Amino acid sequence: MSSNLFVKRGFAIEAQTAKATDEQLSEINSELALGFSLAELKEIQNYFITEKRNPTDVELQTIAQTWSEHCCHKTFKGKINLDGKEIDSLFKTYIAKATKQIRAPWCVSVFEDNAGIVKFDKGYGIAAKVETHNHPSAVEPFGGAATGVGGVIRDILGVWADPIACTDVLGFGPLDYDYKKLPAGVKQPKYVYMGVTAGISAYGNNMGIPTVNGAIYFDDSYTGNVIVYCGCIGLLPLNRYAKNAKVGDAVVLAGGKTGRDGIHGVTFASAELTEKSEEISRPAVQIADPIEEEKVKRAIIEIRDLQLASAVTDIGGGGLSSAVGETAERFDCGVTADLAKVPLKYQGLAPWEIYLSESQERMLITVPQENLMRVMEVFEKEDVIATAIGTLTTERRLKLTYNDETVSDIDMTFLFNPCMSSKVATIEKTTLTEPEFPEPANLTETLLQLLAAPNIASKESVIRTYDHEVKGNTTLKPLQGEYAGPNDAAVLKPLDDSLKGLTISCGMNPNYGKIDAYWMAASAIDEAIRNNIAVGGRRISLLDNFTWGNPEKPERLGSLVRACQACYDFSVAFKAPFISGKDSLYNESPLGPVTPTLLITAVGVIPSIQSTVSMDLKNPGNLLYIIGETFNELGGSEYYKLKGFLGASVPKVKMGKAKRTFRAVTQAIDEGMVKSCHDLSEGGLAVTAAEMAFASGYGLELDLREVIGKDLVRSDFVLFSESNSRFLIEVAQAEREDFEELMKGKNCALIGEVTKEQKLLIHGLNGKIVVDAPLETLRRSWKKTLNPEETQQ
Amino acid sequence: MKIEEIKVCIMRVGGTNCDSETQRAFQELGVQAESVHVNELIKRRNLLDYSVLVFPGGFSFGDYVRSGVIFARHLSANLAKEMETFIDEGRPILGICNGFQIMVEYGLLPGFKGVSAYPEAALTTNEPSGFKCKWVHLKQENRGKCAFTGKIPVGKVISLPIAHGEGRLLFPKEKEEALLKTLIDEDMLVFRYCTKEGDFAEGKYPASPNGSFYDIAGICNREGNIFGLMPHPERAMYWWQQPDWTRQQQMMEYGDGKLIFQSIIDKLTKTS
Repeated sequence: MSSNLFVKRGFAIEAQTAKATDEQLSEINSELALGFSLAELKEIQNYFITEKRNPTDVELQTIAQTWSEHCCHKTFKGKINLDGKEIDSLFKTYIAKATKQIRAPWCVSVFEDNAGIVKFDKGYGIAAKVETHNHPSAVEPFGGAATGVGGVIRDILGVWADPIACTDVLGFGPLDYDYKKLPAGVKQPKYVYMGVTAGISAYGNNMGIPTVNGAIYFDDSYTGNVIVYCGCIGLLPLNRYAKNAKVGDAVVLAGGKTGRDGIHGVTFASAELTEKSEEISRPAVQIADPIEEEKVKRAIIEIRDLQLASAVTDIGGGGLSSAVGETAERFDCGVTADLAKVPLKYQGLAPWEIYLSESQERMLITVPQENLMRVMEVFEKEDVIATAIGTLTTERRLKLTYNDETVSDIDMTFLFNPCMSSKVATIEKTTLTEPEFPEPANLTETLLQLLAAPNIASKESVIRTYDHEVKGNTTLKPLQGEYAGPNDAAVLKPLDDSLKGLTISCGMNPNYGKIDAYWMAASAIDEAIRNNIAVGGRRISLLDNFTWGNPEKPERLGSLVRACQACYDFSVAFKAPFISGKDSLYNESPLGPVTPTLLITAVGVIPSIQSTVSMDLKNPGNLLYIIGETFNELGGSEYYKLKGFLGASVPKVKMGKAKRTFRAVTQAIDEGMVKSCHDLSEGGLAVTAAEMAFASGYGLELDLREVIGKDLVRSDFVLFSESNSRFLIEVAQAEREDFEELMKGKNCALIGEVTKEQKLLIHGLNGKIVVDAPLETLRRSWKKTLNPEETQQ
Repeated sequence: MKIEEIKVCIMRVGGTNCDSETQRAFQELGVQAESVHVNELIKRRNLLDYSVLVFPGGFSFGDYVRSGVIFARHLSANLAKEMETFIDEGRPILGICNGFQIMVEYGLLPGFKGVSAYPEAALTTNEPSGFKCKWVHLKQENRGKCAFTGKIPVGKVISLPIAHGEGRLLFPKEKEEALLKTLIDEDMLVFRYCTKEGDFAEGKYPASPNGSFYDIAGICNREGNIFGLMPHPERAMYWWQQPDWTRQQQMMEYGDGKLIFQSIIDKLTKTS
């Protein structure tokens, strides 16, 4: 360190900013790895001039954490100039605005806390949160994914909810990616895939939280930018949602000890990955200990039930520096804390390291002084270390000491009002065209290839490594029945004394985003909702998770704006409010930027789990209907991909029709007419029909001439189109009339029948048979890609 | 014993995570069941207040060494006297999944000659390796000694889920045939993995999820009061936990797991 810029004072180091030149400020910036812009550095310089002293390293690091993209979401909350038009906060303009406009009576807490909370039943609420953990997982797949799960579970504990289910959606590069083509610093996708999935199973299983829903998606751009979305759902009695901390309350740190793991995790998450990320950022990845979190969980829930604490928050990105400051800020207090009281894994940590460390399995609660003893007893009973490290104060300042030495004393208002950036966005003009190729002669072969395509193929070998049944409340499991068919959503029965169910699903269509981010987002929302509708869910709330490239690049930001516009449009159209979200930007590697990827998670309810519908066919002789219109929308489809094309005709969402379809399906389910239901997504009608058949052991005979749509002239397009808002529904002969009456005018058509013969038979547009395959062949194709063990059966 | 006198202790420690559903299963059948942290039992020294002891599933102490071994040693170091009395009096003990692993590490099972000082068997890494969560079929092989299977006729095939990475039961290679003979002769064999049709798995995946010796999924001690199994009966208690309930024309109220809990309650209420 250059000696004239830094002066050691006791345990802290003072940075000489007062008279520093721009170059010197930048040097301080890089020496301490702060990640500030020059404008921010100057603002800090000015602030400390008014304080009449120089900042300490603790203060600079604290400000750096608080102002980082990861913590304050500058891109989503800042100003954007889109082709001359100013957008003041993407978040306010699109995401939050939709929720505000919908005014859903079931929303309890949206966007403001660690997780969104909606009403459930009998005074209970459901908390939901989905996190991104991409950067850490790229550097250390197992640890990155495991701590991603651990982190999102703590978010749920951070609203006093008991975690009852996990979800995970992952994105990897092609597993057979050539080693020789990998640039330095990028790990082979198979290695990342094995590590990430093992990390997720290790955390969720060991903590005893079922992993019930998810997806795995493969895309070339994920080779350098792995995607790890970890979600968690919790249950809480709404009258125990304590958030009334006040001046004088003790600030208690509980859980794992603090070490050097996970320092600068948030600044790391707010930068691009480079060749050197491994070397430089390894310490930014934390170490997971799920058993510690399991113990912390028990204690937190007991403290909640005994009503001993006044507020809770998790310690995640930014470590104590985020949790302590944000807690005080939230309750309009200041805070004093002694960092020397923090229990350490080993000695020798500087005060700033203690304050920034992202060591896992730690929670922060505030406790009225009179309850402190009882709180400590609860932690002790569960073998959890807990320490009162500070107190909430009247004076709005962040005062930190290390024993007797003051290492931070800054104004809270300054700390929590970062200068917001203004970024430039532009919408990229694409010149994509529709490919021209003849209809293949053998569509059975094409279907088999599609079933084996990595994005469609069975993920059973991964799903089975996640315990999806612990807690004994998983009513509809991710894999259906003996043949392990893919259910559209998970259904849980969270309360012992109620049959009301919770439905959890997701939607993600990154390939569409290569054509248009707007329709990608619209499709993801449609898919998440229709997956939920398919099992019987309704009253849906949404969570958004954006993984994008560097937002400093105008065209990247432009597509982000497009996606947000769709979020607003379709959230409002479907009356499905956003309740929580998280973004991960700067996903760029030596191989280029990530394909913009929006994950939509949908959380709904079903009045009684008895009406849950699974995706497997139930009885020979039953009728099969398609509901929803089919268009020649194959742009970005798995079929085009198989043929080596992207195309231009991206699937759109027809708002009015989609809403009518969803309502009709829900009504048919409520009337008990739906024997099985499966949504149409990747691979279209053919894949959906095949899945329903091979999951059940019954065959299907279908006729494409009955399918309703526009300009349908090619059988392959009808089979593999990925038009949104469509379902296949099985109905008993006896209910034919009632069902058809209900579906009148709703674009519903009878296309075939369930057969005893274990075969999928499809008549093409010319009446001739275009698909003819035994179920066993279809099933084998679907399983062989990613499930060596299951295929040996 | 009257049903309301039955008190079940579900013993937990950091990392135990199937205690609440196990407690719920017992409570559903009308008996008192408590999930108790082992620290509390050590503090209060009241293990003998309970009539049944259950080691539920989970990852006790993280299972970072050998599954179950730390909990077993923790127990023998801190609660040995009460455990000894509990066992000597023939009170029933059930171990599910990690609980079964704990019992083997403690020496409670197989229990050829009472509690052994060293484990006489191992529950080791699955073959094929890795954690698996799925439903399996089991054939009931016990001729009447096991206190937990009285309600399940010999030869009946039941269905329960498993969720473990280390469930392959092994004996020392040189002794395995002799020990197997003892298991059979002394009626200590309880559940074996089989196909839906009831054919034994013969170690082959997927009917056998872990490659266990002789397809063994559950065994009891020579006296029949101590029983351990890898599958989870508490996850197969209710209709809505079944993997295929959406296919059923006529809904059963309970799943096969209930039979195990009901068996021990019947046994206790029928003997004075």
